Amino acid sequence: MKTIGKRLYLGLCFLFLYAPIAILIIFSFIESKNRATFTGFTFKWYQALFHNDLIMRSLWNTLLVAVTASILATLFGTIAAVGISGMRKRMRSAMMNVTYLPVINPEIITGISTMLLFVYLKEVLHLELGFFTVLIAHITFCLPYVILNVLPKLRQMDPSLYEAALDLGCGPFKAFIKVVVPEILPGIASGFLMSFTFSLDDFIITYFTSGSSFSTLPVTIYSMTRMKINPQINALSTLMFLFVLVLLLLMNIRKKGHQSTARRRA
Amino acid sequence: MKGKKALALPYVVWSIAFVLIPLALVLFFSFTDKEGNFTFENILKIGKYSSIFVKSINLAVIATLICFLIGYPLAYIISRSREHVQRNMLLLIMLPMWMNFLLRTYGWMTLLENEGIINKLLSLIGLGPFQMINTQGAVVLGMVYNYLPFMVLPLYSILVKIDKSIIEAAQDLGANGFKVLIRILLPMSLPGIISGVTMVFVPSVSTFIISRMLGGGSNMLIGDLIETQFLGGNYNPYLGSALSLVLMVVMLLIMAVMNSLEEDDMEGMLV
Repeated sequence: MKTIGKRLYLGLCFLFLYAPIAILIIFSFIESKNRATFTGFTFKWYQALFHNDLIMRSLWNTLLVAVTASILATLFGTIAAVGISGMRKRMRSAMMNVTYLPVINPEIITGISTMLLFVYLKEVLHLELGFFTVLIAHITFCLPYVILNVLPKLRQMDPSLYEAALDLGCGPFKAFIKVVVPEILPGIASGFLMSFTFSLDDFIITYFTSGSSFSTLPVTIYSMTRMKINPQINALSTLMFLFVLVLLLLMNIRKKGHQSTARRRA
Repeated sequence: MKGKKALALPYVVWSIAFVLIPLALVLFFSFTDKEGNFTFENILKIGKYSSIFVKSINLAVIATLICFLIGYPLAYIISRSREHVQRNMLLLIMLPMWMNFLLRTYGWMTLLENEGIINKLLSLIGLGPFQMINTQGAVVLGMVYNYLPFMVLPLYSILVKIDKSIIEAAQDLGANGFKVLIRILLPMSLPGIISGVTMVFVPSVSTFIISRMLGGGSNMLIGDLIETQFLGGNYNPYLGSALSLVLMVVMLLIMAVMNSLEEDDMEGMLV
């Protein structure tokens, strides 16, 4: 009896989580535009989606921003983390407070404050809002995640490893690449992945910093939902859901593979 | 490793330029009028909007509470399942989070509409139609839906660490289910509760998308009010900054209270 109750509860929770997604997927294959009637099966919304220049351009912009911002934030953040770990306690905790600011601040505050700066810069330097302002904003909100992932790894590392490499004749740069980077690589990798997914998914900060001529996919989706009925959104949601599902399954299978090889080795 | 801290210099400069200066600008604009003179007018004007502040906090508190009530049993059930079941269920909870929240909220628009699926199904059994979209309830539902994983994940990660034998010991000593919950589970999971509550409350209270998509025009929240000052028809960054400043102060106060709760508990545990 108890397990039935548990299963029912889990079932209801997952129904709640997946109902809106299921609805979007179903409607992406239905011909009628007003969502009141179920008429005929169709792929036409998918065709329309792929011929929608605005969406395709936004998708490209999104990928461009996410790849550039996450790579730059990872490089920049890793170096910053090494620097922060070398600071004295007071300086370090001051720096950590600044690092936490974008993480705990509501996104809308980060968005409008950065927008204020960019609007000011536009007047002074004639820097138009667009790709570069979005890129700067994305690097800024990704940096804390890289630093917060890399710092614990640096703390776990034995500092004498680096010193040993120096004693054995490595230059500081070579010692860093050969000894420190492999030790902190898991932190760098998860910092990069978090940056990439947050950048890909970000709406609020991009919305305030992109200006009128540049738009990423979430911003375009937002302007489409303002027009209420547009079945292309359903098709887009279905494709994104499939993409995420496949990605997660692949990651899971890879992880399982790792575990079984590890077990075999043991 | 001397000279290492110099590596942080570019980051220090970057943070000053793109984190601290923007926040300083918010502060500056809050106390400035259109001619650039110092003024308290923006801050004083906020009194007019106090009902919107109250409404935002109110709805966010309700949403956080519902997230907790749904999320705690869910996290507990997951944490007591077999290991591979745990992993699969966590994946199922995280999967929707990877889809853009605009799309998920759009899905709810489809469900809740007057001509939507839920009303259709209800009419089959002779009920309704009910007005669901463009209500406060729909806004709360959107918040709960979008931020429930933020509650479940921290709760799960703390509940999974609680040793089964502690619960069994309490039961052996005569505690019933309710007592186990009140005396053992809740106190031991307090850090998870605090981070879950913060992670749901902060985005809920400052949202402007959910209220606009599911609440229609009549359910304006503080986030919407700020957004319209910057990107709406009447561009007014002065009032917008003042509103943001007040929102930030309210948040910091709430977070300070939350943090002190946790510290008190830590001391209590040590003594």
